[in-house]
Amino acid sequence: MTERLRVHVDPDKCQGHARCKALAPELFELDEFGNAHEAGDGTVPPGLEDKAWLAKSNCPEIAIDVIEE
Amino acid sequence: MSDVSQPVAHPPVTDWVNDFDHTDPQWTEDPFPIWDELRAASPVVHTERFLGCYMPTTYEAVREIANDTEHFSSRRIIVRDVRPELARNAAPPITSDPPEHKPAKQLLLPPFTPDAMKKLEPRMRAICNELIDGFIADGKVDAAARYAKYIPVRAIAHMLGIPESDSDLFINWIHMILELGIKDESKLLQAVQEMSAYFRTHIEERKSKPTDDLISYLMNARDKEGQPLEESHVLGSLRLLLIAGIDTTWSAIGSSLWHLAKTPADRERLIAEPALMPTAVEELLRAYSPVTMAREVVKDTSVSGCPVKAGNMVLLSFPAANRDPKMFPDADKVVIDRRENRHAAFGLGIHRCVGSNLARMEMQVALEEWLKRIPDFSLDPASTVTWSQGTVRGPRQLPIVLGKAM
Repeated sequence: MTERLRVHVDPDKCQGHARCKALAPELFELDEFGNAHEAGDGTVPPGLEDKAWLAKSNCPEIAIDVIEE
Repeated sequence: MSDVSQPVAHPPVTDWVNDFDHTDPQWTEDPFPIWDELRAASPVVHTERFLGCYMPTTYEAVREIANDTEHFSSRRIIVRDVRPELARNAAPPITSDPPEHKPAKQLLLPPFTPDAMKKLEPRMRAICNELIDGFIADGKVDAAARYAKYIPVRAIAHMLGIPESDSDLFINWIHMILELGIKDESKLLQAVQEMSAYFRTHIEERKSKPTDDLISYLMNARDKEGQPLEESHVLGSLRLLLIAGIDTTWSAIGSSLWHLAKTPADRERLIAEPALMPTAVEELLRAYSPVTMAREVVKDTSVSGCPVKAGNMVLLSFPAANRDPKMFPDADKVVIDRRENRHAAFGLGIHRCVGSNLARMEMQVALEEWLKRIPDFSLDPASTVTWSQGTVRGPRQLPIVLGKAM
């Protein structure tokens, strides 16, 4: 059984470094100020799990959660 | 201005832990062992120089301070020998604290998103190739003075809508503010006045003939109440964009070329695996972060268990944080495929560099275009590399021999 992942950006912590968007463009979107939020409801499509973890481990503000469901 | 200071020579440092000085020639030449020594001594060290100044030495202590705007103000952001009176609208938002910070910052963010930078990329590639055309036949070049320096100058001039041919004027102002100004306030004031006069002329021109550039953008910006910004705010932000965008990225590109000149394996790998470039750029930013910021302690507190007293400055060294081995395994090595890299080269917290996406794009383009045309190069053994002094670190003279080493 493979677990499903969901990503979430804490908008109070995000400062717009945009590392997540560079590393996992499928999973994150930027607003007009360049601050990030998860794409859709944050569900990580199969095959993109590695990118979700990579985005989390490169966020300088520790603003990204990867939730295992 | 009554209290313009005269430049004062600093005595050489003999006790780094209790008497550090980031303008000392030893720091300028090779700061990394100094930071290691300070970090081993304490997460926060203090010097009586600069009228009293702390320095956090660990990534965690730097993060604590960057995120604490209650005790640490950005109203002064350069550690200097003097503490002149505070100017209103010095350079918002970098000199702003909450609650003024957020609206000033949000105003500047939209023109600097990654998407906005993509539109600039073709112009940047053309600029890099024009610069390379100017020296590639010579067989050698000062890559700091003739390449790295002009890339960010011309980029920000292009964005602001001012002539790229005024580049040398901007470079001189920046030298006066960020290097000479640390010890000689009159140089700083002179540069600020000249910049303001320069931008006033450009603002006047746009009153009758609006343009599609950052100067017109700021002139047309409105605050929450729908009012235009005060002229001092527009001028302060324009000065900030010009100063902050230039010697920072110039330094980052220069340090990257310096590293690649003496590391053929990394060069060859980037040529063989071009997709690795964005990851490599992050690692070069970590290892050779150019920018050290500052804060002023406005209320007593403690950082990583160390008491910190109001009235002192703080040298907020993101470069030293990025060399903390507790945060980064092999912190003193450049690992160009480092996967986990929460480096703080663009700061942490609310003052994250507005131009980070621009700087990244410029670095990537500058290194890609260089490597395409100059895959082999090395430091010129007949000359020496010199580094800037003060709060932005990068090579100012970078003599390079083009082509395979003999």
